[in-house]
Amino acid sequence: MWNGIIVSLRQELILTVILFLLLFIKIAGNEPRSGIILNLINLLLTINLILGFFPGPDAVLFNGMFHTDRLIVLEKNILSLGTLIVSLLAYDWLKTHRQLLEFYMLLLATLTGFFFMISAGNLLMFYLGLELSTIPLTALSGFDLEKRQSSEASMKFIISSAFSSALLLFGISFLYGATGTLGFEGIVRNLDGSAFQLFAFILILSGFAFKVAAVPFHLWTADVYEGSPVPVTAYLSVISKGAVFFVFVQTLYTAFKPLVGDWQKILILLSVLTMLTGNLFALRQNKLKRLLAFSSITQSGFILAGIIGASKAADASVVYFVLIYIFSNLGAFGVVALISAQTGRETIDDYKGLYAHNPLLSWVMAISLFSLAGIPPTAGFFGKFFLLMAGAGKGNYIFITIAALNMVISLYYYLRVIKAIFMDTQPAPIGKLTIPLLPNIAFLLCLTGICVTGVMGWVYDYIYSLSIGF
Amino acid sequence: MNLSLLIILPLLTILLLAFCRRQSQVRWVSFIGVTVQLVLSLALLTLYWREHAVHGAMRFLFESRQSWFSALNIEYHVGVDGISVAMILLTALVMVGAVLVSWNIGAQVKEFFVLLLLLSAGAYGFFISLDLFTLFFFLEVSVIPKFLLIGIWGSGPKEYAAMKLALMLMAGSALTFVGVLGVYYQAHSFDLVRMFSESAMPLSVQRFFFPFLFAGFGIFSALFPFHTWVPDGHSSAPTAASMFLAGISMKLGGYGCLRVAIALMPDAAREYSPVIVTLATIGIVYGAFATMMQKDLKYINAYSSVSHCGFILLGAGMLTPTALTGAYLQMISHGLMTALFFAAIGSIYDRTHTRLVERLGGLQKIMPFIATVFIIAGLCSLGLPGLSGFVAEMTVFMGSWQRSASGYRLATVLSCASIVVTAVYILRATGQTLMGPVKDPQYNSLTDAKWNERLTGILLVAGILVIGTAPFWLTELINK
Repeated sequence: MWNGIIVSLRQELILTVILFLLLFIKIAGNEPRSGIILNLINLLLTINLILGFFPGPDAVLFNGMFHTDRLIVLEKNILSLGTLIVSLLAYDWLKTHRQLLEFYMLLLATLTGFFFMISAGNLLMFYLGLELSTIPLTALSGFDLEKRQSSEASMKFIISSAFSSALLLFGISFLYGATGTLGFEGIVRNLDGSAFQLFAFILILSGFAFKVAAVPFHLWTADVYEGSPVPVTAYLSVISKGAVFFVFVQTLYTAFKPLVGDWQKILILLSVLTMLTGNLFALRQNKLKRLLAFSSITQSGFILAGIIGASKAADASVVYFVLIYIFSNLGAFGVVALISAQTGRETIDDYKGLYAHNPLLSWVMAISLFSLAGIPPTAGFFGKFFLLMAGAGKGNYIFITIAALNMVISLYYYLRVIKAIFMDTQPAPIGKLTIPLLPNIAFLLCLTGICVTGVMGWVYDYIYSLSIGF
Repeated sequence: MNLSLLIILPLLTILLLAFCRRQSQVRWVSFIGVTVQLVLSLALLTLYWREHAVHGAMRFLFESRQSWFSALNIEYHVGVDGISVAMILLTALVMVGAVLVSWNIGAQVKEFFVLLLLLSAGAYGFFISLDLFTLFFFLEVSVIPKFLLIGIWGSGPKEYAAMKLALMLMAGSALTFVGVLGVYYQAHSFDLVRMFSESAMPLSVQRFFFPFLFAGFGIFSALFPFHTWVPDGHSSAPTAASMFLAGISMKLGGYGCLRVAIALMPDAAREYSPVIVTLATIGIVYGAFATMMQKDLKYINAYSSVSHCGFILLGAGMLTPTALTGAYLQMISHGLMTALFFAAIGSIYDRTHTRLVERLGGLQKIMPFIATVFIIAGLCSLGLPGLSGFVAEMTVFMGSWQRSASGYRLATVLSCASIVVTAVYILRATGQTLMGPVKDPQYNSLTDAKWNERLTGILLVAGILVIGTAPFWLTELINK
């Protein structure tokens, strides 16, 4: 019995052990130098990632509250990988930060929350995991302690999160009233599409839309993303969003399967709005962080387009895209983080002429942006292609045309950055920057991911073999 | 023969370039790389003839397939027929020229050649693909290198031109993408060979998706009214990129229209034929008159490309076998001719630092070789018998005349008449730049073509002459 629990919960347990280890270092008093701690933590995160691939059986624990299978394990590993890359990229910023250990404790707490959320087989468990991750996240976004903007972001984040949680809870309690259960299996059995149930469902859907920054629930993103420290922004826009998408797909495809006709219509609307709004706002941004924030809203729209497919291929494409998105977006954010930590410059104009002194950073940025824009041979092309292909599976060709044209719009602002880096000049370009070892490893990981994940067909085939759909 | 070699070879050259230290090494490695490409494609041609004699019944030779995304039924599937062999040969020839004319490029040499070779890999991949997914993949591969080539090494309003080109081509890809998806969900496969052999799709499906595929590919091939990226893009690009853009890249679109859109949806093509013919005719006539107004040599050639690529689309719209053969011929002929023209213009610009017709004059006395190349390209463009342009355009017109409805007749007559306009602008440009007194005394100190420019000129002129005097082997290759 205990063995079964330990094996099934192994990923959560490892994270908790690391968390406690950090706590003990903190309360032991004499903290070692930050460089040593950072190396140690990154080593631990690597071990966590490697142990995550240790195979285990599918299991259902605690009366269906917690369940795990190979797809869920893979999703957790994807999140672990992303967290590791974020941590490597944050090196420059954290080296001089006073609350280094607290940062990691909060970060790992959010990750544990995501893990429980993904494994949830019950709406209560899901809510618990979500809150476990949201509250540390709001603290993290206020982690640039000297900057007012950062605490403002934190404040905005916690208020909007509370609001979305309230919506979610409201929906959950209505659903409980309507179906008499909170377990996913029970919900499927008792859904009949009555108006009351639909109302409850729409409230829950709004909660989800809030978390993935779908329009019209996106208003918090831009300010929060801009104010937070760059690594936290990266974490928010990639890992946090990816985790919510994982669980979103799962709930829609299992618990809310009977309402498929309804949620497809709603999601089409949300997806079009999200893509268009994200794109239109991104077009005019001059701050790179804001541009990436709005572009990540657009990417959410594309993921929603994939979810609409409601097939095995759709589920696989979402997971596959999130994996690719981690590599591409973290590559871009990594460059921004490094430059911002070393020079404090964050606008597109600052990036003019970057190629002259920093060819490596420029290429990392360019390849990441191409991948975000969906240009072959980068992985982003395959990710987008399969997402939209899955979305077209139900015959929504007009919708897919709109989505495809949105890819063209998004290309414009990605190319604007490329143009600034490679073609423009300015009187005081960014000088030669040194890239420390750990961010270098992170860039290597991102570039390998972008080049390999797409072209190698077995990655997709493997995810496909695990995914669910109907 | 393993066709994947055609893709691997440029990539291998790129890998080698990464290790090069000096600029001259970069140049020579690239040159050797493209020469091997040319040798390989000539070998492919001879092997194709030989194989074809043995397995005459098979449509595609040297086929090889490998599962890529087995879950989605996507394969890496390549193979060639006569048309693709001809296009591969054209690409290899233009690539040799493109590398040679870039011999003296100044800044960031390594990056330049890497991007150029990447373009060629994309083009080869496109022409050998027998799977729609692979085809689409390679179609899009070539967009970004073009953007960078124009934006970094270009001249004039290069950023604007590069952005316009990238966005319009991407929009073309987006339309194509929807068409590709439509085909996939009808056939549940991307396999072109299987789709060719099966019966065509239901008419309602064809009617809906044909415009997506045709317009999508059409944007690449300067289909009116989506031609506006052509003049800006070609004029701002560095010489090698112009050669590739006009010579190969626009042909990707024509090839896609003919091989994918029309071949997969013949019934819809017949229905939409009047629309295509109308747009193509407008493109031809408008392109010709717009060229008349241009003062910049590169703009002249770019607008005349719009007009000449209209013939490809005209042939595609007419749908008679002769017209289709003519369209393929025009693709190859125009590829060689326009590359040659851009090479000559590039050589002139490198020396005089201007491309404005009014500032040039009397260059024939100073640089006879370049002038001769320029004249040959011009004569080919206006369709002089004995050169490839005549063969191709004649075939298109003959094929078009077979459609006897009055609308088609009118389109044919108008397109034919545009040749007169072509003659006007070509002869005027030639006369003003090459003949008469030398406008600027500084020009007297200029030199004639160097070995690299001579080699480019000779290679491309040879291609034009071979097709122009002995077109039968090429028509036979295409009609196989």
